[in-house]
Amino acid sequence: MTLTTSDTAPAAIPTGVARGGGGPAPTRIVVAYGFWIFILSDIVMFSALFAAYAVLSGNTAGGPSGRELFNLRNVFIETLCLLFSSYTCGLGMLSAERRQAGHFLIFATLTFGLGAAFLLIEISEFAGMVSRGAGPSRSAFLSSFFSLVGTHGAHVTAGLVWLVYMVGQVLAKGLRAAVLRRLACFSLFWHALDIVWIGVMTLVYLMGAP
Amino acid sequence: MLGRLSWAAIPFDEPLPLISMAVVMLAILGVLAIVTVKGWLPYLWREWITSVDHKRIGVMYMLLGLVMLLRGFSDAIMMRTQQAIAVGGAQGYLPPDHYDQIFSAHGTIMIFFVAMPLVIGLMNFVVPLQLGVRDVAFPVLNSVSFWLTASGALLINASLVIGNFARTGWMGYPPLSELAFSPDVGVDYYLWSLQISGIGTLLSGVNFVTTILKLRAPGMTYFRMPVFCWTALASSLLIVAAFPILTATLMMLLLDRYVGMHFFTNDAGGNQMMYVNLFWAWGHPEVYILILPAFGVFSEVVATFSGKALFSYRSMVLATLGICVLSFTVWLHHFFTMGAGADVNAFFGIMSSIIAVPTGVKVFNWLFTMFRGRIVYRTPMLFAIGFLVTFVIGGMTGVLLAVPPVDFVLHNSAFLVAHFHNVIIGGVVFGAFAGYNYWFPKVFGFTLDERWGKAGFWCWLVGFYLAFMPLYVLGLHGMTRRLQHISDPSWQPWLLVAEAGAIVIMCGIFCQVAQLYVSIRTRELRRDLTGDPWNGRTLEWATTSPPPAYNFAVLPQVETIDAFWEMKRRGLTPAQPIYETLEMPRGSPIGVVTAFFASVTGFALIWHIWWMAILGLLGAAVALLVFGWSDDRERELTAAEVAQLERARRGLRQPA
Amino acid sequence: MDGSARLFGDRPPGVEQQESTANFLSYTVGLGLAILATIGSFVVSQTDLLWAPGIPVGLVVLAFAQIGVHLVFFLHLGSGPDNTNNILALAFGVFIVFLVIGGSCWIIANLHANMMAMPAQMLH
Repeated sequence: MTLTTSDTAPAAIPTGVARGGGGPAPTRIVVAYGFWIFILSDIVMFSALFAAYAVLSGNTAGGPSGRELFNLRNVFIETLCLLFSSYTCGLGMLSAERRQAGHFLIFATLTFGLGAAFLLIEISEFAGMVSRGAGPSRSAFLSSFFSLVGTHGAHVTAGLVWLVYMVGQVLAKGLRAAVLRRLACFSLFWHALDIVWIGVMTLVYLMGAP
Repeated sequence: MLGRLSWAAIPFDEPLPLISMAVVMLAILGVLAIVTVKGWLPYLWREWITSVDHKRIGVMYMLLGLVMLLRGFSDAIMMRTQQAIAVGGAQGYLPPDHYDQIFSAHGTIMIFFVAMPLVIGLMNFVVPLQLGVRDVAFPVLNSVSFWLTASGALLINASLVIGNFARTGWMGYPPLSELAFSPDVGVDYYLWSLQISGIGTLLSGVNFVTTILKLRAPGMTYFRMPVFCWTALASSLLIVAAFPILTATLMMLLLDRYVGMHFFTNDAGGNQMMYVNLFWAWGHPEVYILILPAFGVFSEVVATFSGKALFSYRSMVLATLGICVLSFTVWLHHFFTMGAGADVNAFFGIMSSIIAVPTGVKVFNWLFTMFRGRIVYRTPMLFAIGFLVTFVIGGMTGVLLAVPPVDFVLHNSAFLVAHFHNVIIGGVVFGAFAGYNYWFPKVFGFTLDERWGKAGFWCWLVGFYLAFMPLYVLGLHGMTRRLQHISDPSWQPWLLVAEAGAIVIMCGIFCQVAQLYVSIRTRELRRDLTGDPWNGRTLEWATTSPPPAYNFAVLPQVETIDAFWEMKRRGLTPAQPIYETLEMPRGSPIGVVTAFFASVTGFALIWHIWWMAILGLLGAAVALLVFGWSDDRERELTAAEVAQLERARRGLRQPA
Repeated sequence: MDGSARLFGDRPPGVEQQESTANFLSYTVGLGLAILATIGSFVVSQTDLLWAPGIPVGLVVLAFAQIGVHLVFFLHLGSGPDNTNNILALAFGVFIVFLVIGGSCWIIANLHANMMAMPAQMLH
């Protein structure tokens, strides 16, 4: 018996499976569930940032407010970029599960491109705001805006680095079990980022703009 | 080149920190010299530093916690002494600047580097054994968690000798903790040390939630798990839910200090109340993170030393889960006086009173377990009984403070200080000591000396009451917390009693050190040959003492609560088990390497040495990428090897 | 491989189901619904389709709907017995998120309301 059982099915089904008496779960399940718990902890961290934004969004200290700064057309494009990148990520996972490395690489590239497009728009938005004197040190509202949206952007950046790393692993080692487990974690992470973005889009941009 | 670091950072003109630094450095160098000369370095590297075995990591956590207890206690007795003598005209020996750092360091160290490591250490060692499995879900992550915690401890200790620590208290409230009022490195030490160790703790939480929910022996349904595992689960869920809030809050304060943002500043719209609010949204669950595993320890200890099954397993589990959920609904009671209206204060006051109910259920369950049991008064049981009395008193003063009008008088008074020490010492510390004495034979193969253990217990118990009961009285007389000088001479008799209490606790600590020393010297007299020195009920006692690296050669088939008790009742099976090939995780240096780079990065950020910080981050990133590439994480133990190891163990083991 | 998951009665979020066409449909339908919800959010926010005080409510409802779409269609979170642990974890997480955001807003708003008139400089 291994630490967890391997990814293949055991010989016999122990009693009490439904109530959790089935013995140690397969590695694939353990890893994915652990990462799901980690994602939930990350969501809680974002909720603290959302709470700070909710409380401080009115404190503009005489400086510019969201109304004056937000460009909703860009936000719409960013949202679609991230949404489609979630879609291509999902399709990439399907290909990976079916061991179609070629298809996976195509979808991974698309995911990367769309995510990078999102980041480029966001960075240009930030740069524009800073150059107009609306940087994070201007007011509490801007501090909380840059931190919340910036933390999300940092997560997206980390995700893109991770994606490149995973593409490297797939190319070097193929779609073996360990690689698939890591890809499952990546895709969970990527979808979770899109979920957080829905919150950002709604609470920050759409509620803050006229 | 070196940011704001210069020779002026070392306190050449302050004898106390300088001498303590010198002593500590000599001790560390001495240990290193002995280890090197005796050739133990390869062994230590292979078997402990790079170990991913939950048993080894658990021991290292306990060691960290116990060593840091000495540092935290030194801070405590310094404060007690200052308060005992600096009355009226006398000024004492600690200037306010130092006193402020000492109470800040005391709280920070005791919560983050004593209580947390002790609790997580016990969970680490015990939970996989009680669940009947071989290790936690993510053994390498476990090692990373430990080493990141150690990195945080290293940084906070560095503040003693290079620079200074925060003067803000362990909570770090702005605006005092903002750059305008704390421009030096103290608050930065606090922030980075907690951020780094906080990541370690969060990863531990994820690890244990996954382990307890997904890795249990065959047949061990949720309601057949030992109660300690339920409390470990609840505590780990709280870690996962609460620590991210602390991470975000400290990050906001760091952004204020480093990048000039305005979350909590006085100007440009900052809101200090938001810090207090978010800090305690983490802070209240944190105390339940600490106490729940202690409750679990007591559940095991009381049942074992009463020779009876724990009374009402289901209500214990429900009470645990109830506390877990309710702990998130009370946090405002830490700032009743900040100015919220009656409706908000009333809601949180009522919830704070309600949360005492499940704890009361647990206390009654422990009492009913003892009732008509055959009680054996060994050291762990003494701590349990001491806990039952002491924690109930502390809990009652807590419910008293939960009434907002009362809290308006007693907030931040010595009464509050007495309350939280009452529950933390009576609950968490006694629980840690009970667990330490209880599971020590399992860890090391011999029991601890009973006489020194009992002496230590009595000193701690008497010392605690002497040290803290006067503070309740003083709080009601109007004494606030954190006073460096006492202006009312009528308070001095009480403070002298408190000082005596601190000295008695110090005797208790000496007794515990003596206990360890004597136990090691005379260990052959108390060898645990059966693996079951206390006639235990749960699966960890089914292994040898110490257990083999793989814990169980064949995972036990569980059919009841108290699985081992049931196995003994039916008679241990003499049949030859069928061994299979095991895959054990390989050790890995990634934990200590990551922590090394984390320490470098933290230190560099504190002192504004930007190039070093970048190198540190890059180093950590590269190390993780290198580690993350490999798939070869496990080594095989063939069935023949397992059989051989098991035969050797059976040879050593004598029947009960 | 996923058969073993069935035997152990558990499926983590994100793990693909057996039938791949069902999965492809799942993602595509999810994408379509999410696009609709996104467009809906922008329309609600930028036009006067909804009565003005109701706009925040509408946005929140659409946001929840879209998050639900992500959870169900992209992460394959369901209500079957093999998903219980995932749903429980999610429920716990959602509970915490509500407490942190809602609790903070309630508390800080209450604090603001109860502070007496402040010097003007402190309001900004």
